[in-house]
Amino acid sequence: MVDLVAQPADLALREAGTMAYQNIFTQVQLRGELEPGVPLDGNNDARIGPFGFTYLMGKLGGSQLGPIYLGKLGLASLIFGAISLVIMGMNMAAQVSYDPIQFVRQFFWLALEPPPAKYGFSVIPPLNDGGWWVIAGFFLTASILLWWARTYRRAVELGMGTHVAWAFASAIWLYLVLGFIRPMAMGSWSEAVPFGIFPHLDWTAAFSIRYGNLFYNPFHALSITFLYGSTLLFAMHGATILAVGRYGGEREIEQITDRGTASERAALFWRWTMGFNATMESIHRWAWWFAVLTTLTGGIGILLTGTVVDNWYLWAVEHHFAEQYPATGVIDPATLPGAPQ
Amino acid sequence: MALLSFERKYRVRGGTLIGGDLFDFWVGPFYVGFFGVTTIFFAALGTALILYGAAIGPTWNPWLINIAPPDIKYGLALAPLREGGLWQLVTICAIGAFSSWALREVEICRKLGMGYHVPFAFAVAIFAYVSLEVIRPVLMGAWGWGFPYGIFPHLDWVSNTGYQYLHFHYNPAHMLAVSFFFTTTLALGLHGALVLSAVNPAKGEDVKSPEYEDTFFRDLVGYSVGTLGIHRVGLILALNAGFWSAVCIILSGPFWSRGWPEWWTWWLNLPIWR
Repeated sequence: MVDLVAQPADLALREAGTMAYQNIFTQVQLRGELEPGVPLDGNNDARIGPFGFTYLMGKLGGSQLGPIYLGKLGLASLIFGAISLVIMGMNMAAQVSYDPIQFVRQFFWLALEPPPAKYGFSVIPPLNDGGWWVIAGFFLTASILLWWARTYRRAVELGMGTHVAWAFASAIWLYLVLGFIRPMAMGSWSEAVPFGIFPHLDWTAAFSIRYGNLFYNPFHALSITFLYGSTLLFAMHGATILAVGRYGGEREIEQITDRGTASERAALFWRWTMGFNATMESIHRWAWWFAVLTTLTGGIGILLTGTVVDNWYLWAVEHHFAEQYPATGVIDPATLPGAPQ
Repeated sequence: MALLSFERKYRVRGGTLIGGDLFDFWVGPFYVGFFGVTTIFFAALGTALILYGAAIGPTWNPWLINIAPPDIKYGLALAPLREGGLWQLVTICAIGAFSSWALREVEICRKLGMGYHVPFAFAVAIFAYVSLEVIRPVLMGAWGWGFPYGIFPHLDWVSNTGYQYLHFHYNPAHMLAVSFFFTTTLALGLHGALVLSAVNPAKGEDVKSPEYEDTFFRDLVGYSVGTLGIHRVGLILALNAGFWSAVCIILSGPFWSRGWPEWWTWWLNLPIWR
């Protein structure tokens, strides 16, 4: 049945010599039969796996690999995603004359750029002038939307809530604003983000400068606040649960439906520290909303940029949250004739 | 409302680091302790100094109030109160308040028989703050390199500091930090959603057990880190976000003073490409 394995030889020594157990790594891993997962009804395909145990992941958490449910949605999503990656990769390879060494050497600098402004928002610009970008984007979007449907479907088939799918939808919203909705509103694919490591960072910096520094965009500020807030929340929540691990704090569902001493101590820790505490269920609502609002507000901020507000700094001056500095005499190139409007 | 229904039996004496029973009491929901007193002292003094700085400054607009560090010419010396001295005192108060808060958390952990994960995690955040306001300015030889206290003034500082290195996104430690911030938020969204989806199932369904959580994630991506593991993953991701943020700013100036895009030329010039 269950055997004890993988116990470090110096476990007893470490426990005697150090301060109380701090629950950072799993010290004794269990090895029994692999879990096949909750049975699915006849509408579903068979699962693939389980495949076995992995000692290293077992130090951190679950040690079992698989099983995985592939299914039609998953298969279609992977195929579309692979097509998208191959298009990006082949375009980048073409830029280094298909030299594999130069492909690796220059990989971070290589890009598949969206069509130039002269093509506007036309359905298919010439392939070597941004057309491949549109096609790669189409397949990537199809892949992501299929993966969303899979996320929704898997939850429904298990009789669970669809909270994961709706959180994922918030991230997809930001992705669609960046690559489709805002370019459509601006009437040009050239507004979209290129595929590539450094190129997408260049796009981000250029975008901020072009529109008068995104730090003055209130929705950007909100998005960053939720991003940092999410990190703060996960540090607080992860640390709290580990700290009450000796009382079974990680059994959150049980603690939600039948509060035990782990929940009580976790709640009192924060109540005594900052005068306020969540409950074992509500902390996960805080978590969900913080993560969801990061991309939701981020998408709003991007969508307003260039469509509603052309220069966030000047907008901030107008709304009394940035200083007005004296003119420097430098002409904004965006105001010159011939500049893209 | 000072006590929750189950709270009374947990309100026991002991666990203090300093002061014995002297400050071992609560005010409303707040535990006090020796470090509660020092927290109040530093926080109140720091806030008062910021308000004083606002009063002698040009604006009461809360977005624009600016308590700036001293000019670079003062180096690492004390500056006159109106020329950055206030910033220096506020920084001392902030470090005092943050450290007191962390030690007060240690006392509360001891009182509740909990591990020290929360104060340790907070210490990483304090380290990131100290990197920006003390370690980097000291390495660069002037307090003037610290960031100012103010909502939009500190954003201006971030913007300006970034452009001093041409393009900060190319800073490899900044890349790591941003990736950790995004990954932490992704993991938080997934964890929050998974727990909520188990305890708020479809209409007419029973609340689901952790076996369902594991099954959902294995079905989706072929692996479930489990109920304990996700909290370790979350904490490790979050702490790495803070740690690499500190590294990326300490590198900028003391250890690399040119544009960050230029840093990557070592990769392009590796001998293996020849």
